[in-house]
Amino acid sequence: MILTFLIFGLPVGSSFRLIAEGAFSDKIAISRTLVAMTPMLLTGIGMTFAWRAGMYNIGGEGQFICGGLAGAALFQAVPSAPSWLLLLATCIGGMLIAVFAGWLQIKRGVPLVISTILLNFIALQFLDWACAGPLKDPVGGVPLSKRLPETSMLLRFDRQTDLHSGTVYALVIAALAYIFLFLTPEGFRIRLVGQNTRVARSNRMKPNQIQLGAMAISGALCGLAGGIEYVGISGQIGTSFSQNWGFLAIPVALLGSLHPLGVIASALYFGALFAGCNNLARYSSAQNSIIYIMQAVAVLIVVALGQWSRQRETKVHNE
Amino acid sequence: MFWQALLYSTPVSLAALGEVVGQRAGQLNIGLEGVMLSAAYAGMAATYRTHNPWIGVLAAVLAALLISAFQAFFTIKMALDQVVVGTAINLFAMGLTNSLFRAQFGTSGKLISIPGLPKIGELDPLVFVLLLAVPLVIWTMRKTRWGLAVRASGEYPDAAESAGFSVVRLRFQSALIAGFFAGLAGAHLSICLAGSFAENMTAGRGFLAIAMVTFGRWKPGWVVAASLLVGGAEALQYRAQAMGIHLPFQLLVALPYILSLVVLIVLGKGVGGPASLGVPYRRNL
Repeated sequence: MILTFLIFGLPVGSSFRLIAEGAFSDKIAISRTLVAMTPMLLTGIGMTFAWRAGMYNIGGEGQFICGGLAGAALFQAVPSAPSWLLLLATCIGGMLIAVFAGWLQIKRGVPLVISTILLNFIALQFLDWACAGPLKDPVGGVPLSKRLPETSMLLRFDRQTDLHSGTVYALVIAALAYIFLFLTPEGFRIRLVGQNTRVARSNRMKPNQIQLGAMAISGALCGLAGGIEYVGISGQIGTSFSQNWGFLAIPVALLGSLHPLGVIASALYFGALFAGCNNLARYSSAQNSIIYIMQAVAVLIVVALGQWSRQRETKVHNE
Repeated sequence: MFWQALLYSTPVSLAALGEVVGQRAGQLNIGLEGVMLSAAYAGMAATYRTHNPWIGVLAAVLAALLISAFQAFFTIKMALDQVVVGTAINLFAMGLTNSLFRAQFGTSGKLISIPGLPKIGELDPLVFVLLLAVPLVIWTMRKTRWGLAVRASGEYPDAAESAGFSVVRLRFQSALIAGFFAGLAGAHLSICLAGSFAENMTAGRGFLAIAMVTFGRWKPGWVVAASLLVGGAEALQYRAQAMGIHLPFQLLVALPYILSLVVLIVLGKGVGGPASLGVPYRRNL
């Protein structure tokens, strides 16, 4: 982070202060941090499931979008649908596209890395088309879907802020994800398949099924992230519905070392950076896009340190 | 129509051609998008300053080589996961180019236009570079000792190592070759096609190039042919718009991606890629 400031010739001390103020100084700042944290937490947990099972899901963005689309489509069809039903639809939307990509890898040998990337772009164009066509609000000229009525939206805690109950759901899901991955046999199977498919197979597990299951969970969580953004914040979807939340899932998950509790911490950190960098951009010459640089550098440092300590361990072991 | 398809597919073709060499050596270069984006920016900025597009091309290639070397250091020397590092490189490049662009040219979105390379007929020199590079790459990969060693380091690195080659060096060299072509691709995009720069202007072309390598089954000729086909879809999109054909615009934009996905599904398992693609090499001492 300090490195980034120096590269762009920003004063280190005051930049820090601006970021911290933007992230934590008052009720509004804290709620901004938490609101930015929520989608990253869910998508980050989603990525954790897939990557732990050895499935390189890069399609968080597409799954996020498909989640939002499924929710908006349900609302279009059944305007009285309550928010929990909308959220369920978003889970299914994300899940379908993720399982499709997983199935392509297992059955047709299409590398997941490539299929999920391609699906991201297809989903993005599909979103564009849907918002300008079938899902478009007939009132108003902009390509946005119909706005949800207040009654279908998630509960807001405070009128001044955007903070909504979705943040609580996300935290609960993260805790459940920890219990599932580390304290149940199913979670153990997912981790084992990711680490050593052969051992898993020789213990009569079905790696393909387990990996597809992990992709389903992963997609459902990314879709849900889209859903919570839709039902909690925006109330309608448009072309810029996903602000890279799905792409950011990967650095969030990696920085949290693919551990649900770690992901909570890293999503909170990134959420604070988001809120803070907006503040920084407002009061200094910096651009808020420097946040991507900070994230990239953080990920590289974390994985490099991890590797370095592992190498030292094996060296000691060999001696 | 054909020339237009060739012109629009040149960035993807160039990047994919370099990526074939990289992947044959076992390097899955997910950061290609970021490398191209940085090159496109460097090319634009240098041309804007010097008013000389050739210097722009040079700057683009240098920027691409620098980032590729950085990426290669992490994935080859440190043997880190290639997908992880590539993702970080993409983020890094997106943040860097956006920040620099806004800092230098403001956020007003005013169009910056820069002089392009002199044209030869309907095409620009970089297209000819591509046309010359294809047979060169095919020949190098098939007929030279180095090409064989590169292929070995992607299939079975231990074999290359025991034949007296250094897998680390081979992979580093091919990563730089991939970077060189990605640099040309970025330069072509910003200097020749757009004559300008826009935030995130590569718009997935780097990812598309990676898909093309799989699509073309790791054979340079086929990979470029595939890129040409998909680039043709892009040219078709402009043509259809000009002719006023009422297809959903978004469908046309998505066409290259849908096309590649369908082809990958149809080809199925067929010929696999290099056996050690994406696997970091650690020498057993």
